[in-house]
Amino acid sequence: MNDPNGSHDASADSPPATPEEPLVQVEDLQIGFGDTTVLDGLDVAIDSGTFVGLVGPNGAGKTTLLRALNGTLSPGSGTVRVADESVPDLSSKAASRLVATVPQDTTVAFEFDARAVVEMGRNPHRSRFGGWTADDTAAVERALDRTDAQRFADRPVTTLSGGERQRVLLARALAQETPLLLLDEPTASLDINHQVRTLELVRELVSQNKTAIAAIHDLNLAAHYCDELLLLSNGRVAAHGPPESVLTETALEAAFDANAVVSQHPVTGSVYVTALPDGDRVAESEPSADADERSGRVHVVGGGGTAARHLYVLDAAGFDVSAGALNEGDTDTEAARNLALDVVTVDPFAGVGPEARAAVERRVEAADCVVVADVEVGTGNLPNLRAATAADRVVLVEDRPFAERNYVGGEAERVYETLRDRARVVDPANVPRAVAAALSGGDASHFGVDSDDDSASRVQPRPTRVAEELPPDDVEP
Amino acid sequence: MTLRTRTIGWSSALTAALAGVVVISAGIGPVSIPPLTVAKILLSADPFPFAFGAADTSRIIVLDVRLPRIILAAFVGFALSTAGVVMQGFFRNPMADPSIVGVSSGAAVGAVATIVLPFAFPLGLELQGAAFVSAILTAFGVYLIATRDGHTPTATLLLAGVAVQTFLGAVISLLLIHSGQSLRRVVYWLMGHLGGTTWDDVLVIAVILPPLFVLLLLYTRDLNVLLLGEEDAHALGIEVERTKRLLLAASSVVTAAAVAVTGVIGFVGLIVPHAMRLIVGPDHRILLPTSALAGASFLVATDTLARSGATEIPVGIVTAALGAPFFLYLLRSREVTRL
Repeated sequence: MNDPNGSHDASADSPPATPEEPLVQVEDLQIGFGDTTVLDGLDVAIDSGTFVGLVGPNGAGKTTLLRALNGTLSPGSGTVRVADESVPDLSSKAASRLVATVPQDTTVAFEFDARAVVEMGRNPHRSRFGGWTADDTAAVERALDRTDAQRFADRPVTTLSGGERQRVLLARALAQETPLLLLDEPTASLDINHQVRTLELVRELVSQNKTAIAAIHDLNLAAHYCDELLLLSNGRVAAHGPPESVLTETALEAAFDANAVVSQHPVTGSVYVTALPDGDRVAESEPSADADERSGRVHVVGGGGTAARHLYVLDAAGFDVSAGALNEGDTDTEAARNLALDVVTVDPFAGVGPEARAAVERRVEAADCVVVADVEVGTGNLPNLRAATAADRVVLVEDRPFAERNYVGGEAERVYETLRDRARVVDPANVPRAVAAALSGGDASHFGVDSDDDSASRVQPRPTRVAEELPPDDVEP
Repeated sequence: MTLRTRTIGWSSALTAALAGVVVISAGIGPVSIPPLTVAKILLSADPFPFAFGAADTSRIIVLDVRLPRIILAAFVGFALSTAGVVMQGFFRNPMADPSIVGVSSGAAVGAVATIVLPFAFPLGLELQGAAFVSAILTAFGVYLIATRDGHTPTATLLLAGVAVQTFLGAVISLLLIHSGQSLRRVVYWLMGHLGGTTWDDVLVIAVILPPLFVLLLLYTRDLNVLLLGEEDAHALGIEVERTKRLLLAASSVVTAAAVAVTGVIGFVGLIVPHAMRLIVGPDHRILLPTSALAGASFLVATDTLARSGATEIPVGIVTAALGAPFFLYLLRSREVTRL
């Protein structure tokens, strides 16, 4: 009996008449607690053999949906069907032969052996007077093997680590031998290694004809491992489909109220979401940064990964961004390509030649603002800096003093000083605000470095944070 | 070693220990009787097919004077420990005891009322009957207070139990003030006692306890799953609310049957399950029978101490005085987290 789902697998036994019947069918589901409605007319159908990631902001109703699917919550109205059975009408024993749940909270208060906990997964299949059968033993052993939990099967669960407890509870759910597996935040309390292992395991189970629905906070893990994502927002399905169709910047902004950039992960090729912190967010309340000023051309000079973040952020903020000159194969080049930006490139390890320099100069001229990242400067990329000096407005990102990243000598320092004299100097977190301010013609001194201090000493002071340089009405007189 | 063999092993050992404690206890008293004689007398008694010769006085002392009390102590200890195991599992709280939903306070109000109030109760209820009925009514009342839309959250039940116990404590105090001549009797009852037991006292609990104990044994697996939390239990096929109702009702009746006869004997239902959990583990399939047997031995032994001094003291004092230090010893010598 190698089929882990036994005779309870609906898809294996499904009559030929309805081969395409979805395993899970939810129609017009409405659930509320008291006066608050959590799920408000939710419709979803999930096919057998898919791994569905349930994503959405806190309070969107992810856990509530899972609890409706396993029968813990009775719907206010609407239907919940699993394997063609109406879950709310089933006894909890019958429901637990269709749906197994791995809870979010993995703590077990009493000192049971891990094996005893897994054996509890057989409860749905046993009658009160029925004894323990060979089938039960086989199912428990299989579940422990699958989850790689044999090693600590005879230890008390209270002595196991979070990752091990997770595997024990997953084994318990497998021992239930249900067609549908629900996981509530299976990765929430795990380190990155165990997160990946857990999801790999679920992925594997799904490839063997189980169906899994997992609430997952981490959008990128969800995108990488799930066949489909189900984005919940305000108690409804905001989007449902393959990860790349669900994780769009518009959908994420609407659902999470967050500023996020969606790209393709350079290593895995999955959809990749980067949430931008508030510092990178062009605050709508700032008068200097309202929608009109955000449109503008920005050229970014970087290299060696110093500019990637700025490219993402500026692109997300709505600017028309170009970059270069960069070497082929550079992280920043990859970032620019992912964002489909206009990028000037030169061969790997080659310097910026006359042709490339001309291309950069054209872009600098076209740009309303040039951003120079905290880049290391050698003879190869010095032409980039020279080209930047022609810009109307310059935002200079300083994380390290220039002396530490100057590999050319006095010549580069002179170019840099020219640039710095007329630039807004910012730290890496404040680039979009500085650009927005530069474009709206705000007071440069907000972002520049105090001038008398600057001329007196060659030591470059740390760039001031924009947050500490708020307009006067926010500052105590 | 499988759980089944462990359960049978432990249960057999504890049954033997109980038999030993009973024999020794029956020999102890103002007239000392050697254990061998006691054993002969017991084996010649009604249910056993043996006929050993023994002195008539010894036979009367053992069978009619000491044995009813000893058997009652065994039943009560058995009942309180059983209810304690179930309540601790039910509430997932090691501090739960059999009277947590107000059973003992209810029994006390009924008992004290029959002693103090100057009129007879309807339906010819005597002290024990009144205590039993009021215990059951109290538990049911607490359950109703804590239940809403068919759900009984254990936290609500716990708090409702505490509130009702406090209220009933006030009622008992009020009755005490007006008890006058009968104050001594009331206090004696409240402390928990086994003195003056007759075979009739044993009968009620002997009829009520066995079937309920068998019922609870059938639910030990459900109790295990309930320990994982109600939501998990539901996901594992337990009809949570129905199971909780059944466990609560059964353990309340078991407790009521015990305290109605003997008064409030504290600590047995708290520490015996605890101690056994430290020894045999949390699995109710082994914990319930072993705790019940250990509770029986424990109460027989403590009651023997209670009556063997110059003046008899209420057994409730002895259980607490012995039980608490033993419990603290267990607590310190084993890992505290094991609770």
